[in-house]
Amino acid sequence: MNEPHYLQPLLPTPFHSRTQAACCTALWSGWAGYQSARCYTHVEFEYFAARNQATLFDLSPMIKYRIAGSDSLPYLNRLMTRDVGKLAVGRVAYTVWCNDVGKVLDDGTLFRLDDNEYLLCAQDRHLPWLQDSAIGFDLEVEDVSERFAALALQGPTSYAIVQRMGFDDLMSLRPFGWRRVKYRGAELIVSRTGFSGDLGYEIWSAPDQAESLWDDLMAAGADFGLMPMGSDALELLRIEAGYLLPNADFMPADHATRASRGRSPFELGLGWLVDFNKGHFVGRRALQAERAGSGRYTFVGLDIDGNKPAHESLIYHRRRELIGHVTSAMWSPTCKRNIAIAELQAGREAMLDDLWVEIYLKKELKWEKLMVRCRVVPRPFFDPPRRLATPPAAY
Amino acid sequence: MPARGLIRARVAEISPPLIRQQFPLMLSYDAIIIGAGHNGLVTACYLARAGLRVVVLEGNPYIGGATVSRELYPGFTYSNCSYVCSLFRPEIFRTLDLPRYGLQVIPYEGSVTMTRDGGYFASFVDHDANRREISRFSKRDAENYDRFSHEMSRQCRFIKKFLLTTPPDPTSFKWRDLKDLASLGAAFYDLGETQMYDTIRFYTMSCADLLDQYFESDVIKGVIAGSSIIGTALGPYSPGTAYVMLHHYMGEVDGTIGAWGYARGGMGSIATALANALQAHGGEVRVNAEVNDVIVKDGRVCGVALKDGEELHAATVASNLDVKRTFLNIMDERDLPAEFVRRVQRFKIRGSSGKLNIALDGMPSFPQIPENCPARRGDMHITDSMERIERAYDDWKSGTWSKDPYVDMLIPSQIDPTLAPPGQHMMSVFVQYAPPRLASGDWTDADRDAFGSTVVDAIGAYSPDFKDRIRHMEVRTPRELEAEIGLTEGNIFQGELTLDQLMFNRPVPGYAQYRSPVEGMYLCGSSTHPGGGVMGAPGANAAREILRDLGRKDGQL
Ligand SMILES: Cc1cc2nc3c(=O)[nH]c(=O)nc-3n(C[C@H](O)[C@H](O)[C@H](O)COP(=O)(O)OP(=O)(O)OC[C@H]3O[C@@H](n4cnc5c(N)ncnc54)[C@H](O)[C@@H]3O)c2cc1C
Repeated sequence: MNEPHYLQPLLPTPFHSRTQAACCTALWSGWAGYQSARCYTHVEFEYFAARNQATLFDLSPMIKYRIAGSDSLPYLNRLMTRDVGKLAVGRVAYTVWCNDVGKVLDDGTLFRLDDNEYLLCAQDRHLPWLQDSAIGFDLEVEDVSERFAALALQGPTSYAIVQRMGFDDLMSLRPFGWRRVKYRGAELIVSRTGFSGDLGYEIWSAPDQAESLWDDLMAAGADFGLMPMGSDALELLRIEAGYLLPNADFMPADHATRASRGRSPFELGLGWLVDFNKGHFVGRRALQAERAGSGRYTFVGLDIDGNKPAHESLIYHRRRELIGHVTSAMWSPTCKRNIAIAELQAGREAMLDDLWVEIYLKKELKWEKLMVRCRVVPRPFFDPPRRLATPPAAY
Repeated sequence: MPARGLIRARVAEISPPLIRQQFPLMLSYDAIIIGAGHNGLVTACYLARAGLRVVVLEGNPYIGGATVSRELYPGFTYSNCSYVCSLFRPEIFRTLDLPRYGLQVIPYEGSVTMTRDGGYFASFVDHDANRREISRFSKRDAENYDRFSHEMSRQCRFIKKFLLTTPPDPTSFKWRDLKDLASLGAAFYDLGETQMYDTIRFYTMSCADLLDQYFESDVIKGVIAGSSIIGTALGPYSPGTAYVMLHHYMGEVDGTIGAWGYARGGMGSIATALANALQAHGGEVRVNAEVNDVIVKDGRVCGVALKDGEELHAATVASNLDVKRTFLNIMDERDLPAEFVRRVQRFKIRGSSGKLNIALDGMPSFPQIPENCPARRGDMHITDSMERIERAYDDWKSGTWSKDPYVDMLIPSQIDPTLAPPGQHMMSVFVQYAPPRLASGDWTDADRDAFGSTVVDAIGAYSPDFKDRIRHMEVRTPRELEAEIGLTEGNIFQGELTLDQLMFNRPVPGYAQYRSPVEGMYLCGSSTHPGGGVMGAPGANAAREILRDLGRKDGQL
């Protein structure tokens, strides 16, 4: 590419020749500087493929950092709210990390590749933060985003497909585990992880194997209903799975202009990721104080009457007092419920039995306002037993 | 199937001597439902949710009635009768929380028809793709298709309001009936003047007359007309078929009106999910429990007697069987007014359909349809004009099955991984027309096989390797539909969907509110409003009326 970079601000991923050929819709979006298909054929069919068959999603734009060196573990334990010491080689952990005042900077998955080597996958870029925090530790942090081409293979038949690919040894792979598998004379990493809340795998390869990997997976998946899936359908899956998305459900603390916009893990309902039984970590003091009862917000799942999604709706107690807002909403075709993830003011437990959402609805160009009853329900909204079953079922 | 296990467990819990001792002669319930078709199960679920002790008695060793899936050949699950889902009311799906009990409905894209000139016509979800496809046949029809769709949407919007309501009785002059009539009138008035005229015509006109208003291409009309005769002993030129088409349009999948989907695991998973929901609410299902008699004393129902003589007692009994079987077979005519019996005898319930379920060792080829056409995963047809459908109907009238049949064939295993081994396929072929009796007399096994061959040959003409791929086949004529699931004459809707048998006339005038002349005896199957199809609405409406009579507000929709 000799053209100046500014003529192509969004780069193709290593799968581009394949994703472009598969995309019938001309619907693309930018994701971390790359072209990412929003939808290949039809959102509905891609969504259902993920809940009934399997889908392939190009995950390559995900930001990835490699952390290696003898101090990796103490360093990560200082950075992350979780106890990284509990993470064994071969395992993956979902984690968040905070700033000094205990507000979440990002969430991501941490792979323990070896005794002293980790891979951190994140939504946002954090190199200066990660490097500056490493002062005094014996280790190296590097951005390895371009070294991997990655695919998410998700859905009930995903195990049948990896079997058909000849990836042995995955039968005993439990959720949040990873293995190296042989592939065309090289090695891939396959992890039982994903953003769909269903059975599924993420496959990490070298970029020069991307195209053959795509082709081989699509061929292996032909008898199992495999379809490429874009980010629009993924958004539906992740809401049903009850996962939060930075910049949608909460502001990463370092992006917020208003200090009040930062959220602690407790306020996001992620308190289970905070471990005070380990040594010092960034944000610890603030979080300890907060645990004593100063949290301002809480995240909940909502089940809303009717079938009109409550996008960006405000939430009222007894139709009058504003006590929160919806951050993500959808009609769930699998649960057959009108669901939402919402932020409520903390300390309002007594009000939860009389909650209402305000939905604005355009019916043939005429706006209508609905006040609709809703109830707090547990997340995930959809949690099929096959997600955790080991060995996984064929569908 | 998990639910079957559950059912057996439940039966085992209930029938041991311990309970027999408490009720030495018979078991006693608050309500007995005869028949575990999907409507009977829906009624039972609502009653159990309201706290009633409910038992569902099913004659067959399996549940579901015409909403059933069975493995008749190892590794292959057939949906033996109904095969696609759209009509099932979303309100019921949600209130009974059926996803939690394992129900998932997966939409599919459109349909494709192979034409006699070697071409094809497909329909697509994408509006522009669809318009360009129609314009290959007629530019005018492509643009008129939108007008036609709007008309159908208006009719759907109108009728949708009445699906989960009890039809008002126009002659009772009761406050409730007057109120409901008024709201029917208001909805009608709301249509606007032109639309009011159109609506009245719509309910009586033929599908052909309707389509001629919009389209000029024979292929387009032939394709659309298919849904106007499914399950109906009429041709597209017969008055009343425009409504039958609407009946097939008024469903939805996740708010997409007119969309159809597959129930994951086959249609039987709808019945399974309902049975699981019922059991979660404390209700019971008993299979192999054929009801022989409804016991009536002093004009009041008090229980049922099974074929083996066992009696079960309840002051409320609801029958999921069609209106004829209920009142003419398992009830004593002497318990019913003579005029009522005569009307039931005259109820039109003519069979007109057959079904083939086929296990294939691979995907058959259809050289006329492009390999990558997504409509292959939906309905496939081989009838390309209304004329041909009408000729097929002519055979029905002459007392034989159609020699050039209309088929609605699907291969759901392309989408649903649970139905067949990987790479192999299950095919469902719905066939129109097959008469309840042949001119030569009753159906014989040889007739059934000849019917099957006619259909296989018709499909084989479009798929060279189809016949060689067949590993097993189940052929059902109206005879099998009647004998196995008790659909009188094999009518798939438990009675024809013509205006004289709809709304307050279904099943018979004066008894459209799920009640019968015998106190405590109700109907809850497809013979009642709003009619046949896997819809659940008759069952839910009946439950509401039963609860109303019992003075219960809870458990309502
Ligand atoms: C071949 C075929 C294809 C169809 N395709 C579709 C489709 O694709 N989509 C769709 O929406 N609809 C379809 N239909 C229509 C739909 O399946 C039926 O209208 C609907 O399932 C009827 O349900 P029901 O509960 O009212 O009655 P049924 O399903 O008829 O249930 C009646 C039940 O009562 C039982 N029973 C009978 N006698 C006794 C007795 N004496 N004692 C105890 N139990 C008894 C029967 O065994 C049965 O289980 C199809 C029907 C057929 C036959």
